[in-house]
Amino acid sequence: MMVIVLDNSNIRVVVGMSGGVDSSVTALLLKQQGYDVVGVFMKNWDDTDEYGVCTATEDYEDVAKVASEIGIPYYSINFEKEYWDRVFTYFLDEYKAGRTPNPDVMCNKEIKFKAFLDYADELDADYIAMGHYAQVDVDANGVAHMLRGADANKDQTYFLSQLSQEQLKRSMFPIGHMQKSEVRAIAAEYGLATAAKKDSTGICFIGERNFKQFLGTYLPAQPGKMMTLDGQEMGDHDGLMYYTIGQRSGLGIGGNSDNSDPWFVVGKDLEQNILYVGQGFENPALYATKLDATNLSWTTGAARGDEFHVTAKFRYRQADTGVTVKMTGDNTATVTFDEPVRAITPGQAVVFYDGAECLGGGTIDVAYSDAKVLQYV
Amino acid sequence: MEHVYLDNAATTPMAPEVITEMTTQMQNDFGNASSTHWFGRQAHTVMDQSRLILANSINAKPNDIIITSGATESNNTALMQTAHTRQNLGKHIITTAIEHPSILRPLEALEAEGFRVTYLPVNDQGVIDLADFDAALDDDTILVTIMFGNNEVGSRMPIEAIGERLINHQAWFHTDATQAYGLLDIDVQAMHIDMLSVSAHKINGPKQIGFLYRGPKIYFPSFIRGGEQEMKRRAGTESVVQVAGFAKAVSLITPEVKAERQARYFAFKQQLMARLNAADIEFAVNGSLNPDNLNHVFNLWFKGISTYALQTNLDLAGFAISGGSACTAGSLEPSHVLTAMFGEASPRIGESIRTSFGHETTAEQIDAYADALIRIINRIKTKANA
Repeated sequence: MMVIVLDNSNIRVVVGMSGGVDSSVTALLLKQQGYDVVGVFMKNWDDTDEYGVCTATEDYEDVAKVASEIGIPYYSINFEKEYWDRVFTYFLDEYKAGRTPNPDVMCNKEIKFKAFLDYADELDADYIAMGHYAQVDVDANGVAHMLRGADANKDQTYFLSQLSQEQLKRSMFPIGHMQKSEVRAIAAEYGLATAAKKDSTGICFIGERNFKQFLGTYLPAQPGKMMTLDGQEMGDHDGLMYYTIGQRSGLGIGGNSDNSDPWFVVGKDLEQNILYVGQGFENPALYATKLDATNLSWTTGAARGDEFHVTAKFRYRQADTGVTVKMTGDNTATVTFDEPVRAITPGQAVVFYDGAECLGGGTIDVAYSDAKVLQYV
Repeated sequence: MEHVYLDNAATTPMAPEVITEMTTQMQNDFGNASSTHWFGRQAHTVMDQSRLILANSINAKPNDIIITSGATESNNTALMQTAHTRQNLGKHIITTAIEHPSILRPLEALEAEGFRVTYLPVNDQGVIDLADFDAALDDDTILVTIMFGNNEVGSRMPIEAIGERLINHQAWFHTDATQAYGLLDIDVQAMHIDMLSVSAHKINGPKQIGFLYRGPKIYFPSFIRGGEQEMKRRAGTESVVQVAGFAKAVSLITPEVKAERQARYFAFKQQLMARLNAADIEFAVNGSLNPDNLNHVFNLWFKGISTYALQTNLDLAGFAISGGSACTAGSLEPSHVLTAMFGEASPRIGESIRTSFGHETTAEQIDAYADALIRIINRIKTKANA
């Protein structure tokens, strides 16, 4: 039997290294496969606190340790301006509009797979690689298909749904076929400094900080009235931007004598600055049957047709729901659900799947209960 | 891959003679130079011989040389101790906008204490205007600290003219000569310099060693306390090995060597520019091409090419140059020197690199470096236009 040994040494792969275990193992695997691997840390946010402590510094130190352990060169690139202009401005604008943005989707689209890819091009890269739990499969016709990560609990295709064919064809996800536990085991086996590092949580630029406090430093909070949908006043809210549809905590209202169910955010009126609340997790006002989506982008290059039935997710780690997509323009559609879905949140991503393949997605603009517009913004 | 080192303004490799000297010292004399036994005297002798060499290099007296851990400590000592000792005479300090951070950060601390600091602007060649200096100097001025030559663009400051102006003024004159030392002739007496800082590692000596020259009329208490060393002017057991290595490095640099290096480095600049011009590469020199500058420093602007891309590509191709100082997380801090020269909106700030030559740099290396630069820049431009 003839053994073909692939020589990857002339293929340069620039790895986005965050200082976490996933991108560490990503770099390690590529190096083992013989690629010309270059590690690059993205500095997207200046989070130096009043004591001069900056988590980016610690993360970069971890990149340095891991890269030395693997034996690859490592560098840093500053995208603070790009991040501010293309992600953070959008983030604030969405909150101003009473919506709940998804900066991670935007960061992937504009920074990690655009600004970073452009920079990798300047470094003569053939590919970029990331430690996302997602897979890319290029078919016989040269079309790239983005598949869910093999670890169902870690699948990150939701956040990658805005990527284009061009971006996917240049991207590698070397850990996408693995379970997180396997990734940690490899990191431990090779003694990587990040093997036991805890996963980052929350929005990258907020980190462990108090979200409310953070947002309040950028947008003026406008307290207003909290009411039920039938007009009963229930006290005050701190500012509509602090609440998201379906959220329970922090309303500061107890149950009443007849009904001890907890209270949830069921709507917003931006014009009158009213926060609508209702009782019960399964409050009917929280259920939508369809939505309008904007900014649709297809990983495969184009929509399947004018109308098609696939599955969808409306937030990260949610089970898929069967939906019918009816295109209403080049990048807009009406998405009708097979069954009602709770807490469809304007500003979040709606992402489409056909089995394992992530077809693309868009931004939730308006939620409906049958023909009625739900007052979520 | 061969790695070519063109970042000699950051640090230099130790000269073989220095390594031999230090290795010999390590094997022989380990005594504490303050001890009153034979071992101590052996060490003390090395200190004395070395100090004489260091003093002669700037036409000073041995007793006016305080050995420190390097120019950063020398600068901190000169500034903090002068200000604190002389605050009854005035609270004003004059410096330039393009000093090294080991000058600027202590001055910020002094400002926070209530001292008044004038930061003289520089022109687009990185040089101050003496008229600005004259306008800034007043009866309240107690200290003038102006670098001999700049570490990022190689510009040389009018040290002699400032020294002359201060002959009959109360202000003490300090100069950070870290980059100029070993390349330009320095005479603290003829130049009326009261204090001067240098580091050994910039002149093929060891790291963590340097000196502060403190003229005979200058007095302030030790910055670091807890020992009688250096005639009570700098506490801490002397590192005789490093001092011996430092003195060896200095002794290798005769006036002829300095002149030869200045001429050779200037020729490297011409060689590099000729290659870039021949390849139609768009570039500009940040600073001037005055042959009296610190010729080991060459700062170039490559229009439209980011510093990050240039530095990283050059490193991947085996050429070590500087894109500026790293602040948090490896990110480059916008150069305060280029900002002072061209304004903060100038594209030069994000599109320039510093190449710095050293004793071991060869014309062949400059050719190979030019090849790499041309190849990288053309590739980036072609991709950007695609």
